[in-house]
This record gives sequence, C-alpha cells and structure tokens, in this order.
Amino acid sequence: MKWESLSDFFAMGGYGLYVWGSYLVAMICIIGEVVLIRGRKRTLYKHLGQKRRSILRGEK
Amino acid sequence: MTINWFKYASPASFYFLAGRMVPYFATLAIIFLVVGLYIGFFVAPTDFQQGEAYRIIFIHVPAAWMSMFLYVIMAFWAGVGLAFNTRLSSMVASAIAPTGAMFAFLALWTGAWWGKPMWGTWWVWDARLTSELILFFLYIGFMSLQAAIDDPKRADKAGAVIALVGVVNVPIIYFSVQWWNTLHQGASVSLVQSPKMATAMLSGMLIMTLAAWMYSIVMILTRTRLIILERERHTAWVSELKEGVLE
Repeated sequence: MKWESLSDFFAMGGYGLYVWGSYLVAMICIIGEVVLIRGRKRTLYKHLGQKRRSILRGEK
Repeated sequence: MTINWFKYASPASFYFLAGRMVPYFATLAIIFLVVGLYIGFFVAPTDFQQGEAYRIIFIHVPAAWMSMFLYVIMAFWAGVGLAFNTRLSSMVASAIAPTGAMFAFLALWTGAWWGKPMWGTWWVWDARLTSELILFFLYIGFMSLQAAIDDPKRADKAGAVIALVGVVNVPIIYFSVQWWNTLHQGASVSLVQSPKMATAMLSGMLIMTLAAWMYSIVMILTRTRLIILERERHTAWVSELKEGVLE
C-alpha cells in the first residue's frame, strides 16, 4: 500500500484541497445530473399518468 | 438475409432497445469507475514533479476528452437530423448536450484546481483554456436556444446550425497547445508518439475515460427515451404503454 495511513491518504502529499476539491465537484456534478434526469422522468410520468386516467374516465 | 437498418431509426423501436441496453452500460460504468479509481489512487505512483496533485488527471483528461467527443457526436446527429429530417437523430443531439456541458464544466473546474497549485493561478486566458470555455458556452447556447423555441422541429433546426458552426472549435481546442504558446502542457497521449507517462498512470486515465464513456451512454440513452416520450406523447404507441411498462 502506498499510503501510510488514512490521514496520509486525505492529505494527498499536501495537495488534498486541490485533489479532493476536484473529485468532490465531479461527484456532485454526476449525482446532480442523475437527480435532474430522475426529476424530469417523474414529471413526465405524472403527466402521462394524468392523461391516461382522463382518457379512462372518458374525457378527451 | 436483409436487415432492416431503419427499424431502430423509429423512435418507438429505439425507445425499447435503449431501455434494454441501459442496465448493461450502467454496470460497465460502475466497474470501470471502481477499477479506474483504484488504479488512480492505489497503483499509480507519485509524480516526480507534481507529487500527488497530478491525480486530478484521472478526471481532468477524461472530462476534457468527453466534452470534445460528445460535441462532435452531437453536431453529427444534429446535422443528420437537419439534412434528412430524421426525428430520432435530432432527439439524440438534444440528449447529448447536457452531459457534454457537464463534462466541459468539469474539465474547466478540475483544470482550475490543478492550475492553482501547479501554475499559481486558477485561470489564464490562454488558447487551450479559452477554447474549452467557448466549448462550454456552445453547449449552453445550444441548450438555451432549443429551450427558447416552442416548436420542436424549429428548435432542432436552430440547434443544428449552432452545433455545426461550433464544431470548428473542437480542432482548435485539440491543436491549441501546438499552434500557440500556452501555459497548458502539450498532449500526454497521442496517436503518433508513445505516451509520455508511467503505464499505471496511463491505464488509470484510459479506464476512467471508458467509465466516462459508459456513463455518457447511460445518460444519453435515458435522456433520449424521455425526449421521445415527451415529444410523442400524443401518438398511439405511447398511450398504449401500460402504466408499469413505461420502464
């Protein structure tokens, strides 16, 4: 193992702020994109569901 | 045997095909991500010049590559849609833009956080950085233009024009480090030279790039499916989908 301890790993040889600042934001971006897509899907399904129910009730 | 190549150009067939493919690409994305991060943090050696700071490369380079690849693919499909009036190609182009923009942003962000400790500055107006920023704005422009036009057909056409004009920027980004004297370093990996980096560093970077590709495919297929449903919701095949079968 190239890291001596967990704190050594987080310190990244003194560049911890920059390395983790990059990885953290990358993680936020990816999670954010997934959340946005989920939201878009939920809204769309709700609309489709409403439309289907109104057709079933005989409204047009 | 004849194969009907146009079968999957129909949004309805593509919808189901894409839905079946997503789980496979998602699994591959996670596998490549775990392996890539493992190599990046536990196998790749410390850089003799940059210490541990260089480990930003494992997201910076894949993000920058993806932002350029995706732009070219987006412009290609937008162009096909413009030339042949194929609905699905324009939908795919619209589905690519947000993911491309995300990667362009990440390339700029991680570049800034790498530039600060190495160059002493978050940002310089040099050719590589500026042209990548323009790429980010092109994605944003493409998305805002499409969002501003209500009629999907006109939105597709307008978007295609911006995407195709903007494609000249991609070779400018790529060759900027050769054409101008920039602060950004030259290409570490090229087709004509052997790579100038340790094998573990290179393989970590390439595996992370594969992870980024798989992730992009998942996002693009999923978003294309949503766009198909949004645009075709008045058609018979969408209203025939049963409540639980939307998946």
